[in-house]
Amino acid sequence: MAEPLTGTLAEPLVEHLAEPLTEPLGARTRWAVRSWWLCAGMWMRSTMAYRASFALTLGASLVTHSLDFVVLVLMFRHTDQLGGWTLPELAFLYATATFALGIANLLVGSVDGLGARIVNGTLDTMLIRPAPALSQLCAERFSLRRLGRPIQALAVLVWSLATLDVTWTWDRVLLVPALLVCGCVIFGAIYVGGATVQFWWGEAKEIQNSVTYGGATLLHYPPTIFAKELVAGVVFGVPLAFVNWLPALHILGRPDPLGLPTAFQYASPLAAALCVAVAGLAWRAGLRAYRGTGS
Amino acid sequence: MPNAPGLYAAVARGAFRRYSTYRAATLAGTFTNTVFGIILASSFLALWQARPNLGGYDQSQAVTYIWVSQALLVTVAVWGGGFQDDVQDRFRSGDIAIDLYRPVDFQGWWLATDLGRAAFQLLVRGTVPLLVGALVFRTRMPEQPVTWAVFLLSVLLAVVVSFGLRFLVSITGFWLHDSEGVRSVMLVVSMFFSGMLLPIALFPGPLGELAHVLPWAALVQAPTDVFLERRTGTGLLGPLGFQLVWAVVLLLAGRAAQLLATRKVVVQGG
Repeated sequence: MAEPLTGTLAEPLVEHLAEPLTEPLGARTRWAVRSWWLCAGMWMRSTMAYRASFALTLGASLVTHSLDFVVLVLMFRHTDQLGGWTLPELAFLYATATFALGIANLLVGSVDGLGARIVNGTLDTMLIRPAPALSQLCAERFSLRRLGRPIQALAVLVWSLATLDVTWTWDRVLLVPALLVCGCVIFGAIYVGGATVQFWWGEAKEIQNSVTYGGATLLHYPPTIFAKELVAGVVFGVPLAFVNWLPALHILGRPDPLGLPTAFQYASPLAAALCVAVAGLAWRAGLRAYRGTGS
Repeated sequence: MPNAPGLYAAVARGAFRRYSTYRAATLAGTFTNTVFGIILASSFLALWQARPNLGGYDQSQAVTYIWVSQALLVTVAVWGGGFQDDVQDRFRSGDIAIDLYRPVDFQGWWLATDLGRAAFQLLVRGTVPLLVGALVFRTRMPEQPVTWAVFLLSVLLAVVVSFGLRFLVSITGFWLHDSEGVRSVMLVVSMFFSGMLLPIALFPGPLGELAHVLPWAALVQAPTDVFLERRTGTGLLGPLGFQLVWAVVLLLAGRAAQLLATRKVVVQGG
């Protein structure tokens, strides 16, 4: 297995080492994605060696992650609205937030292992390998068993879209895939940006959980049930509201509790781009500030 | 072993001190508990606005339910963990064999470490979210001072029941070599049936009746009901007795499993 890997890696490796940062951004991004792909493929082959174990853990993760939705359904056995929103509407919020978090977690979630790597010194090994450290970290222990979360989210989304009482105009239809993609990007950027904090504070991993998992839990519920300060915080602070709340207001035809301009409801791509830029800059600053112990 | 109580107390103190050194992790974890508390308390508030007195809880009781359950989440290790991680590492490294011929009781040793851990977690990860909750939301603190003492007793029993469950899971490692799979199944069952996600009173019909008698109800539901003074006076004997029965049953089951496991190890080693 070593031979095909060195074969495919060798050529871009030399190019990359020769001109590390003079290459245009596009070429560097392509190289980073390709490195991620190679690393992820390697990890996937290793986990797929145990097929039964893979099937079991995927099944277990499907059930585990469905539990949050079961709780929502149980809540709606006692009421037909929560904060003025119905179950299909909550299901839409639940599905979009969970899908975005799930895909981001699948693709880049492993990056939160950064702190542990700094502590035991293995980050240095990654830095001297001829592939971007960020790609390697994100692909670390890549496993399709993490698909459990997004798969059950998709099932809930299908049910929700079929049950929702919405006039499907073209802009609403287009907003659905747009918000799914932007949501994944925003959560992905939060994973990377949050992990960057670990360059300075090794134990920040759990704080990051409160933004990623806590954030997704927040987005399961309609914005109307939360304090306005909290809602404003996830619009202008950590821009979680752009994952699903703001576009969903337009799709579901709900009034904005903050009374923001309608432009915000279409601004998810902009917010996603901004998140990626901030996370990218933070990562470079963190990598520059990093000093290995050298031993 | 004449000085056994002193020994186990020392082990528990050691575990307490060990956990108290993970300061940054404790701080970060407390922050996460608080964030989840705010989100879930808001969702409960909305549900109880739509349905006042649902399940026999008024609005402030429902909100307090969330804050008490967040305070208990790590203390009673609803997710698993604590001594389980240590035992699992020792299974992987093979050190588990050494543990078994030490002149201390295997179950007692780990119970002592877990009680030490829980004491520290309750002190920090228990009190801080509860305080923040009381500041931000309209919560219901116990009216009678004695409730605090009974609550602490109930939490102690909850930790022992939780230990009993986790010990049984860990001990499957003697047969399965890796209890990771069983642990992930237990996590699901435990989160749901402990009442961590939703008070058991809101479960529909037979599911609710089942949840009321399963041991997981002793982890979160029972101490929370004590805290909210849903039972007072002799009525308190209900939840406390329930917890005590499960604690004894699970510890005995763990003891039996341990005997079987030790025999198995002797067979392999001899």
